[in-house]
Amino acid sequence: MGEVPEVPERRGLLRSIWHSIFRGPVVPRDERERRRVVLIHLPLHLRPTQVPEAALRYSRTFGLGGMALVLIGLLMVTGVLLVFVYKPSPEDAHGSLLTLQREVLFGRLVRNVHYWSANFLVVVTCLHLLRVFFTGAFHGARQFNWVIGLLLLLGVLLSNFTGYLLPWDQRSYWAITICASMASYVPIAGPWLQRLVQGGSEIGASTLLNFYAIHTTISPVFILILVGFHSWRIRKAGGVVTPPVVGTPDRVSFVPNLLMREVAVGLGLVAGVLLLSVFASAPLGAPANPGMSPNPAKAPWYFMGFQELLLHFHSLFSVFVLPLAAAVALFLIPYLRYDAEPSGVWFLSAKGRRLAIGAAVFGLVVAPVLVIADEFIFTRESWLPGAASWLRSGVLPVAGLTLATCALAFALKRRFAPTRGEMTQTIFVLLVTAFAVLTMTGVWFRGRGMALTWPRSQPASAVTEIAEAEE
Amino acid sequence: MAEDAQRKRRSFLAALATGLALVATGELFWVASAFIRPRKRRDMRDRREGLIVAGPVETFARDSVTAFPEGKFYLVRLSDGGFLALHRRCTHLGCTVPWDEEAARFICPCHASSFDMRGAVLGPPAARPLDLFTVRIENGIVKVDAGQVIERQTFVPEQVTHPSARRRTAAPPPPRRDG
Ligand code: FES
Repeated sequence: MGEVPEVPERRGLLRSIWHSIFRGPVVPRDERERRRVVLIHLPLHLRPTQVPEAALRYSRTFGLGGMALVLIGLLMVTGVLLVFVYKPSPEDAHGSLLTLQREVLFGRLVRNVHYWSANFLVVVTCLHLLRVFFTGAFHGARQFNWVIGLLLLLGVLLSNFTGYLLPWDQRSYWAITICASMASYVPIAGPWLQRLVQGGSEIGASTLLNFYAIHTTISPVFILILVGFHSWRIRKAGGVVTPPVVGTPDRVSFVPNLLMREVAVGLGLVAGVLLLSVFASAPLGAPANPGMSPNPAKAPWYFMGFQELLLHFHSLFSVFVLPLAAAVALFLIPYLRYDAEPSGVWFLSAKGRRLAIGAAVFGLVVAPVLVIADEFIFTRESWLPGAASWLRSGVLPVAGLTLATCALAFALKRRFAPTRGEMTQTIFVLLVTAFAVLTMTGVWFRGRGMALTWPRSQPASAVTEIAEAEE
Repeated sequence: MAEDAQRKRRSFLAALATGLALVATGELFWVASAFIRPRKRRDMRDRREGLIVAGPVETFARDSVTAFPEGKFYLVRLSDGGFLALHRRCTHLGCTVPWDEEAARFICPCHASSFDMRGAVLGPPAARPLDLFTVRIENGIVKVDAGQVIERQTFVPEQVTHPSARRRTAAPPPPRRDG
């Protein structure tokens, strides 16, 4: 062979610049190039070159994790834009939002996209958690990734919560007041926690500045780092969980099979959020007035389950014991002992599916009945009048409900002989349904003075508030 | 022997490095917490600014409730002539409670807790009486220290400040802190 020339072919300046940036094919033409594009391009290199054909099915994941990523992207872009207009002080905050909405080109749209993406992100993250649970994607190599996922949920909630205060209108001011006060019911550390959340003895300028700083720096960085970690561990665990197959699974290349599907879901979601943001505006009520509380005053919707709990149980249980128990249980899910670890099968088995549906229906019926019974029958005066409230609305009901759940589990065990996995799943479904019912009750069925009402019969206070703010 | 000493030295150095890393992490969090922690200056009111002069004793009728929005409290004069300064913050979840003249009680708009004139709970969900501020009566002038919230579990008569019969007496003992 002759000597290898230094420059294999002469290119023009533009071409050589292009080739210095993209050191390989950008639009692949054959199978070999399709694999190569994944390896050589930074945005794609986190992805596999090939995926099992079974992983392509939409019902495998419903694209929820990818949707969360897209929403985070939307939030970053709109968030950066909002930072240029927003002023984090009690005097200016509300006014700066009015300026944004009235004077800045597409200001209202950008705020709406941020608002809707943030709310969807909470929903999508929770659905993603459910999907991972129900497809058993938390065994073996995925164990710790479940924990990272929980931390991400925490980060998403932190972001939402700190963002909630920023408009500084009546709704946000009193929602944060209520949450900070809920924190004060935690035993021993309560008052300290409340001061920490408020950044002082009451909600004011320092609260707003703290929330703004956390919202724009700590929590996005926290989320981004964990998202990277989370995705990387999915890769290391072999990608999306799929049901076991005999023999070698059929594999197809990532580009274009999976890529195009993901792009389709992502673009569809972006289009949906944009469309919604054009027609539905983020609420902006009258400016915060510390002297006048609205009726009723509610926490942000994702915390309404806890506020609803507080109406039924003694504060020690509703703010501390029950949430802590739930958090510990969630964390332990991948570390429990299961007899078999079937992954990639929705609801484990046909029996598992039937039990899960049964538990959901049971929860949907029993939880509202309990809420109504507590509201009208076990009122504080009529039930055990002499007992201390921690006993009457704390220990006794919690113990009673725990016993009832255990009895139910025991009965199911005798009747259906489920595996441990199916049993855990059934209880999980029951508890999740109950919490969902509490959240919905709090958000939709609590009217003036937090009395039970029909959603329709509430005064449309939010609407009038917006009208006020707009003059 | 020499190898053993070397191993010891290595494990000592490793432990030292780990320890230092922990200390450094701790310091980072300590510094960060100092930035987030509430500072006196950043509070809306600091202790001395909190002193509010409400006015001469005679301006407040018996059985009356007067709002002081700038101090976030209600000055209550009970039927026996004693004074109480009640924090307007509901002890349930922190809403601002208005005084309802007709019902003669404080009714919280948020979740309907109610309190009597002395701040004691009449209706749940609130479990504690309204918080207090210290009331001082000096030379017939009522002054309220609105910088320091005093929590209490129940109402006791010692919490009430009475204008003393003789003028020019020193301030009566401050309301007791209960619980
Ligand atoms: S905050 Fe007053 S009743 Fe809940």
